[in-house]
Amino acid sequence: MATLSLKDVRKSYGRTEVVHGVSIDVADGEFVVIVGPSGCGKSTLLRMVAGLEEISAGLIEIGGKVVNRLEPRARDIAMVFQNYALYPHMSVFDNMAYGLRIAGIRGEDLKARVAKAAAMLDLAALLDRKPRQLSGGQRQRVAMGRALVRNPAVFLFDEPLSNLDAKLRVSMRLQIKELQRSVGITSIYVTHDQVEAMTLADRLIVMNAGVAEQIDTPMALYTRPANIFVAGFIGSPAMNMIVGEVGGARRGVVLNGGREIALPKTKLPPAGTQIVLGIRPEHVKLATGKPDLALTVAAVETLGADALAHCRLEGDVKGRENEFVVRLPGFTRVAAGDALSLSFDKRAVHLFDRASGNRLADV
Amino acid sequence: MHRATFPNRWLPWLLIAPQLAISLVFFYWPAVQALWQSTLRQDPFGLRTAFVGLANFRRVLFDPAYLNSIQVTAVFSLLTAFLSMAIALLLAVQADKIIRGRGLYRTLMIWPYAVAPAIAGMLWLFMFNPSFGTLAAIPRALGIHWDPLLNGTQAMGLVIAAASWKQISYNFLFFVAGLQAIPKSLLEASAIDGAGPAKRFWTIVFPLLAPTSFFLLVVNTVYALFDTFGIIHAVTSGGPGKSTETLVYKVYNDGFVNLLLNSSAAQSVILMVIVIALTAFQFRYVERKVHYG
Amino acid sequence: MAEGMVGTSRRSIATGHLLLILGCVIVAFPIWYVTVASTHSLRTILNPPLPMLPGPEAYANYFDAFTGSITRIGGVSVERLLVNTTIVALGIAIGKIIISMASAYAIVFFRFPLRMACFWLIFITLMLPVEVRIMPTYKVMVDLGLIDTYAGLILPLIASATATLLFRQFFMTIPNELFEAARVDGAGPWRFFKDILLPLSATNIAALFVILFIYGWTQYLWPLLVTNSSSMNTIVIALRKMISFADADTPWNLVMVTSVLAILPPVLIVVLMQRWFVKGLVETEK
Repeated sequence: MATLSLKDVRKSYGRTEVVHGVSIDVADGEFVVIVGPSGCGKSTLLRMVAGLEEISAGLIEIGGKVVNRLEPRARDIAMVFQNYALYPHMSVFDNMAYGLRIAGIRGEDLKARVAKAAAMLDLAALLDRKPRQLSGGQRQRVAMGRALVRNPAVFLFDEPLSNLDAKLRVSMRLQIKELQRSVGITSIYVTHDQVEAMTLADRLIVMNAGVAEQIDTPMALYTRPANIFVAGFIGSPAMNMIVGEVGGARRGVVLNGGREIALPKTKLPPAGTQIVLGIRPEHVKLATGKPDLALTVAAVETLGADALAHCRLEGDVKGRENEFVVRLPGFTRVAAGDALSLSFDKRAVHLFDRASGNRLADV
Repeated sequence: MHRATFPNRWLPWLLIAPQLAISLVFFYWPAVQALWQSTLRQDPFGLRTAFVGLANFRRVLFDPAYLNSIQVTAVFSLLTAFLSMAIALLLAVQADKIIRGRGLYRTLMIWPYAVAPAIAGMLWLFMFNPSFGTLAAIPRALGIHWDPLLNGTQAMGLVIAAASWKQISYNFLFFVAGLQAIPKSLLEASAIDGAGPAKRFWTIVFPLLAPTSFFLLVVNTVYALFDTFGIIHAVTSGGPGKSTETLVYKVYNDGFVNLLLNSSAAQSVILMVIVIALTAFQFRYVERKVHYG
Repeated sequence: MAEGMVGTSRRSIATGHLLLILGCVIVAFPIWYVTVASTHSLRTILNPPLPMLPGPEAYANYFDAFTGSITRIGGVSVERLLVNTTIVALGIAIGKIIISMASAYAIVFFRFPLRMACFWLIFITLMLPVEVRIMPTYKVMVDLGLIDTYAGLILPLIASATATLLFRQFFMTIPNELFEAARVDGAGPWRFFKDILLPLSATNIAALFVILFIYGWTQYLWPLLVTNSSSMNTIVIALRKMISFADADTPWNLVMVTSVLAILPPVLIVVLMQRWFVKGLVETEK
């Protein structure tokens, strides 16, 4: 166990910079998740920590020691790969023991350590099998066992659950979280699945096109996203975004199409500022009094516990094509073609600067 | 494709050195020498050497004996390739058809691959030996005066038979693999469309087998050009009267036996050009799936 | 065509078997012929037609062959011939495998300047079979003093490119992640090769071994040039000598025995290692 520090870490291929200066101080035992869409640089960042990619600029420190020039094996890290990367011709036991053997550990000591890790991951019965005889979930656990058995300073996970089916993913991520809690090893976890990210992380790094858009706890990212990208990335279904400007008769914003939303308690930027208003589907409800928005339902997703009403919004909408999603309680009777009167939870309204995308007002 | 690699600087050189060394000493250096020698005229004792440019090539290409070699080689290659491929295809189609015994048949068909071409030639010589060969009775029964050691056409026939026989296994294995790669659903669809077995074969199987056939054609041609030196040397020594003197055999004969060094070198160079063309052709059109570099 | 499928009648399958049996007969006949011939007396052989079944002289012929009769014909004992040919075949097979694996390993798993140039240098040698550079290569052998030596028989044939290409192709199918996992586990180049690459290459090596052993065993032109003394001949060359110097006294029955001995080892290897061999052959060339 150790701390991990990234100081303005950058990566370039030739002239093209793909990771633009990421910095974070990870505490000992903390679980940090790097999340973002494909191609955002999250895997590259992870591999730089692992030593599998060269660092173009910046420093990486593990336990206070700069590791930029060190080989992976010298950094005291262990990694779980997306495709598990198990040695196909070796048994589960040998897969887990391989790194230890290279480090010179033998005999009873070796067996004990493998047994302990196997017990933690429920692999004791599978030690003699070969990878091809295992299911996806089992292989996943062997990959984790291989990392666990080395007792490293830092655990690195590269989208380990991507190849599993949905149900397995849910159960495995809880197992991973519990495991990490019990062994207390500092962990960096990469995923593109924001639900997974929110579940596992003590803190999240949200990445987009090589930039760390925001680094914060899950709840902070949810309630106070720093910009439009983070706001749209975190939370499912995604936040609704409507273009507008500050002003109007009442103190608030005027949305495209002329609708006015009064925001009395909000600290507003100067009138005329071009903004994007964001409101999550779960913060929109059927209006009891005067509605903030009146829309027609285009389609309904009945999920049982919820009903997602996809509505059409005329005018220029930022983010998605004229779509506005409302999450209603499951028993609500709503169908395509219905007219809905909606009101926003004013405390949950987000305002972003249209030009820069950054967060504006404090709600 | 991004390829993860080790960072060592000296180790790779060490690993690749043996092959490079041998290639340099036993391939490139002799090849360069052949090129150089082909432009010289030397007497066999090396006393006088004159640079003559392309004169050797001109001489070779207009030499009737060389043209004869080309003809012999062409006839030999084409007939061998055609014969061995046709028989192999026929047998492969049958093997693909049946259920039981496929493994046994394959085992029985593999043998000739393990037999040296020279020995293949000798085997056929034994069988058709005019004095004591059992099978010599067959051409005699047909009224032919059987004496391959004196009759050029008969010698050619014998050599072609031996060369084809040897290649059948190799072609068989590849045709079987090629046939198995054809999706059954295509054949079933065409059967439903009303095509009988013969039609199915010619309109679906044969065209889909084209890449394999093409590949085998090139391999068989290369085989006929080069690997058959043994057969010819062992059975006919290029005779009788140069009727079985292929290009490769001529290079050997002129160079080693008759010590016409420069002519032999020039012929080697010509052969090199042919091989390069064939190999380039093979890699460009046949192995299009494989990406080098 | 799937059997049992629409259009494959019982008759068609029967024809199939018939043709295949015919094919096997054609294919096996010459070998059968010479095996049978090796079990008959000289007199039987010289009086065609040769009986189709093995004869009573098997023990006598083979005993004769191994106790010096062949030496009388060809100047060298048949055991020595077999030893020579085995050494050459094994030398070529093992040598080629080791050298090619090493080169392919270097090309795929390392970055070094001129890497691709080296690859092309090796690749081009594919286009130059030994038959094409006979004279100059022979001269090199003379200059290096390698005539009539095992090294002379083996070395020039050891470095052609097919095996290197095969290994390179195979190595390129090893997932990057496997390589990286090994690196993270602490494996350096040697460990990675020994613990991971080698076991995974086992099938390829087996197939290649069969192909190369046969290649080495059946070499003709090269041993012909490079060996002058009878004691260094391979069995194939010795056989040819026996035939070409045949006269009225040639003990053909013993020549047949030698032929059988020249055919047997590679055939055995092919038949025994059939599965790997077929798979490897089809994969190699494709």
